[in-house]
This record gives sequence, C-alpha cells and structure tokens, in this order.
Amino acid sequence: MSNQIVQGILLGGYYALIACGLSFMFSVMRIINLAHGSLAVFSAYALWWLASRFHISPFVGLLIVLPLMAAIGWALQRFLLERSARGGALLPILTTFGLAIVIDNALFEQFGADTRSLAPYIGSLSYDSWEWPGSIYVGKLAVIMFAAAVTLLGGLQLFLTRTRLGRSIRATSEDPDTAGLVGVDARRANALAAAIAMVTVGLAGAFLGMRATFDPYTGAPQLLFAFEAAVIGGAGSLWGTLLGGIVLALAQTLGAQVHPQGFLIGGHVAFLIVLFIRLSTSGLGLRGLLRLPARKTT
Amino acid sequence: MSAVSTSPVIERGTPASRISAIAVVVIIVLLADAPQFLSAGAVDRMTALFIYVILAAMWNALAGFGGLVSVGQQVFFGLGAYFAIRLADAGLNPFASLFVSAIIVGAISWPMSLFMLRLRNGEFAIGMWVIAALTHLLVNLDRLVQGETGTSLISLNVYDAGARRATIYWLALAAMTALLAILFGLLRGSTGAAIRAIRDNEDAAASVGVRVTGTKRLLFVLAAFGIGIAGALWLATSITFQPKTYFNVQWTAYMIFMVLVGGIGTFEGAILGALLFFLIETWFGGTGVWYLIGLGATAVLFSLFLPRGLWGTLEERFGLRLLPVGYRVRLPANATDSDTVPTSQQATAHREKA
Repeated sequence: MSNQIVQGILLGGYYALIACGLSFMFSVMRIINLAHGSLAVFSAYALWWLASRFHISPFVGLLIVLPLMAAIGWALQRFLLERSARGGALLPILTTFGLAIVIDNALFEQFGADTRSLAPYIGSLSYDSWEWPGSIYVGKLAVIMFAAAVTLLGGLQLFLTRTRLGRSIRATSEDPDTAGLVGVDARRANALAAAIAMVTVGLAGAFLGMRATFDPYTGAPQLLFAFEAAVIGGAGSLWGTLLGGIVLALAQTLGAQVHPQGFLIGGHVAFLIVLFIRLSTSGLGLRGLLRLPARKTT
Repeated sequence: MSAVSTSPVIERGTPASRISAIAVVVIIVLLADAPQFLSAGAVDRMTALFIYVILAAMWNALAGFGGLVSVGQQVFFGLGAYFAIRLADAGLNPFASLFVSAIIVGAISWPMSLFMLRLRNGEFAIGMWVIAALTHLLVNLDRLVQGETGTSLISLNVYDAGARRATIYWLALAAMTALLAILFGLLRGSTGAAIRAIRDNEDAAASVGVRVTGTKRLLFVLAAFGIGIAGALWLATSITFQPKTYFNVQWTAYMIFMVLVGGIGTFEGAILGALLFFLIETWFGGTGVWYLIGLGATAVLFSLFLPRGLWGTLEERFGLRLLPVGYRVRLPANATDSDTVPTSQQATAHREKA
C-alpha cells in the first residue's frame, strides 16, 4: 500500500506540471485555455518527430521544442486571446475550444491514429528504478518528473517575486490599468506570461510522451487532469497546484484499488468532492487555505 | 403632428415578423407532410436536421441567453440515449421511453444545477466537461451497456422499417417545434426580460430584483431536457448505443459551431446555424478530418471576427427581425425633435434586441 502511495505522489508531479501552465494563465489573464491539453500533445508529437526522424534524443529535442512553444504562446496571446478577450469572458472559451479541435484533428491528419510514445527514445530511463527502504521500487523517470515539477514551480515562484519581469506580470494580473499607469506594458506582460505558460506545457508534453503513450486525441483528458489539479489546489496558486496534482493522483490510485475501471472515476469524484466542499464553504474552504499568500502580500 | 406620434412606440413585432409567423406555420405543415414524398434516406437526413436544430437552440438558450458556456452538454445527450435504452429494456414502449428518458434527464439536471451554477465562466465550462467524462465512465459500468461495446434499442425492431422511420421523423419534428415554442414563449414573456437582463449584466440585474439563479436554473434544466430528447431521438434513428459516440465532446463542438456561426444570443441564429451545419455536413462530411479542422477553424474565425454570428450581424445592420422575442423602441421619424435625435441613438434603439 505504501508503495502505491509513493507512486501516486510521484504521478502527482506530472499533474502539477501540466496544471501549472493552466493555473498560471488563469491567474494572470483570467483565461482558461481549452487548447491546453492539445498543445501539450502537440509538443509530445514534435519531440517524437524529432526523435524518430532525426534521432534527436527527446531531452535534446526540448532545446528546440521549448523555444517553439514559447513562440506559440506569444503568438496565441497576441493574435487570438487578446482579441477574443475583448469580447467578454465567454468568448476565449469558444476560441480556445475551436483551436483545440483544429490542433487535435491536424495532428490526426499528420500522424494518423496510431498511439506513440517517447519511451523507446530515452533508453533505459523508461524502465530503470531505484529500490527504496521497505522494498519500494520507484521509477527513475517518475522521480525526475517530480523533481522537474518542484523545480519548475519553485523557479516560477522566484521569477514572479524576484525579477522585474515577474513583478510586471504580477502587477498586470492584479490590475492591468493601474499597472499601465506605472509604466508596465500590459500587452507585453501578458504575451510573456503566455509564452512562459506554453514552455511549461511543452515540458509537460515531453513527460506525457515519456511516461505513457499518446494519440492525437489525448489532449482532452490532459486538459481535464490539469483543470482538476489546478482547482483542487486552488486556482492561481503555484504550490497549491503541486498539492492538487498529488491529491488527484492519490484519488486515482485509490479508485483503481476499489474497482478495475476506477482509476479515472476516483480522480473525477475527488475533484467534485473538493469542489463541493469549496463551494459550500463559499470559497473559504480549501481554496482559502491553499491560496498563495505572495499574491496578496507583496 | 399629433401628440401621439411624438412619443416613442414600443414594438413587439414588425411587418416582416408577422409574415414570418405565417411562414413558420406553413413550413411546419409542409414538413409534417414531407415523409410521403421523400425517399427513406432523405427522411433520415431531415430527422437529423431537426435534432441539430434542437441541439443548437438548447445550447444557445444556455450560452446565448443564460451566459453559461458549457463544454459538457454531451452528458445530457448521452444520458437521454442511455435512459431510453434502460427504460425500453425494462419493458416500456420504445417510443414512450424516448420522452420519459428526457424527463428523467431534466430531473437529474435540477440537483446538478444547484451545484454547477455556482461555478463561473471557464470553471463552469470545464466543470461540465468533467461531469460528462465521469457520467460516461459510470454508464460504462452498467452491465446492460457492456462497456464500450454498447447495446441496441432492440425493441424498436418489432415495428416495420418504413413506419418506424416516419414515426421517428414526426416525433423529431414535434419535439423540435415544441421546444422552440417553449423557448420562444419563455423569451417573449416576463422571464425573457429577466434572461436578457442577466445576459447583459448579471450584477445589475440582481440589484433590480431579477432572480438570477432561478432564471439560470430554468434555462439549465430546459437545455438538459431538450438535449436529452435529442440524444434519445438520435438513438432511435441509429438504434445502436455506444457510450463513446454519445458522450463524445464532438456533440458540444457541433452545438458551439452552429450557434457561433448562426448568431449567439439570437433566436433565429441558432436555427440558421443548424441549417448551415446540416448543409456543410451533407457536402463536406465525407472529407473526414479536414471537415473537422474546417469546423474548428470556422469557429475560431467567427469568435474572433464575427462574434455576433451571421444572424446577429444581419439583424444589427438591417434591423431585421423575423421571430422577435424582445422589445423595440421606435422613435417617431417625423417628431418635432427628430432633428435633435442623433442617428446613433436610433441605432441604439434598434439594437435594443432579442
């Protein structure tokens, strides 16, 4: 049992990775990007294409794919989200949903229905494991994934609080008009935030491809996982995202124990329970507890 | 000029709308007679069209009038089909089970609304998607459905194929007409004023005493009921029930496409969108993936460049109104102060819309 808990916590690292970009974009631009999961799958396909066509290791491939994802994020904000956000809070949902359909089906058109994986291109890493005390075997990849999630969240946290650019993004998220008065270019800050969010999406896509298989329509479940982890952790809170990811993964592990088809059900039910608690205590429940104080104090 | 003509006139209809009211009756009578003249394939296609109109009108009621964008409406589509299967399996007449199923779906959506309507915008949108995904998984657990293998509405087989096809056609036509009439009556009545007030500014509406949550709940339940009927009717036309097909997010994608292209928040727009979608599907449906890419791209382009859709844009430009659900203030053109009334105000009055 303790073995499964450890595996669940490590899987939570992946959910935190995929959720942090969604949560970040929501906290800065108040937009939930429905193409989030599809873009992660796009990144996985890009790495797979580089690996299978040019024999570039996925880790090296990230040097190409992550800048590409940053450019996509910047363009997404400048040409799509900025424009549709002017039409109200509902329009970006429709725009990004349409975009998700385009990406999914374009991937299908290009790569076909076969499931792919990056596992064959990362050597023994995909199955190597360490033995921990109590005969718990943890996969090296799972540990790397978890460490990457912690590093990414910590790095983002430092970036937002310690650097000038980070502060300008936070100022824009608090109040774009006032930020503009003190010389912050809100458009630039938003585009930058979108670029950063897409880099995290690119990284999440890489780990998705390494730890599992994917096909052109894998994006939708990834979006749901990201959303659930972000909401469980308290939308807009970075470290909450990590906790949200772990809770989601543990609930799925528990669900799988209860019933052979219970893995996904467990996650969805946990999400609804947390949501219910949060709503019935009118926002003062888990969300209030997990909310990152940095956004209010500094 | 007499004093009467100088005061603004509140209009609830236009000459065009009175003609179109007659046209609607004529069209429905013609459609009801159509199965005698159409081929079997054409009858099936027309049934599909009616179902599309229901889907578009119901999604529009929720998003366009209630301001609730949901990406999980396939949950009601799937449940409508699932309960029809279950009821028919329990021995109920298959045609009756289609409608009882929709009532059950509507009843389930009520407690769901207590919970979901407290979510805002994007949270509501994806929250509904999670509900749909969870419901799909739970339906798969039912032994009758046999997981993704699915099952069939076998009890329909006792009816002769021709009679069955025509019956489903008439049921779909009747369901579409009734649902559109309910929606029209709702929007034209006092609830309609509340609905439009909420759509335009929720907080302001609440401050003048509009029952925001109650009104939204009404739309949520109506949309669930209508989409439940659509799902049950789709099951009746295709006979087989595979959870993956019915709980597929593509149904919501279709709804969004139809409403976005036709004109979100306009009564006529959803119908126009469904007609256009039907034609596009008929012509390009065979191209498979490119057809879906085209649908997605069109939705993106409309949301960016023509967010009011085709009908919304026409209506705004020409003051056109065929099935008016709102009020329009017409300022007398030859009133004494007509010169001082700026044209922009005229335009605003015209935009006081459905």
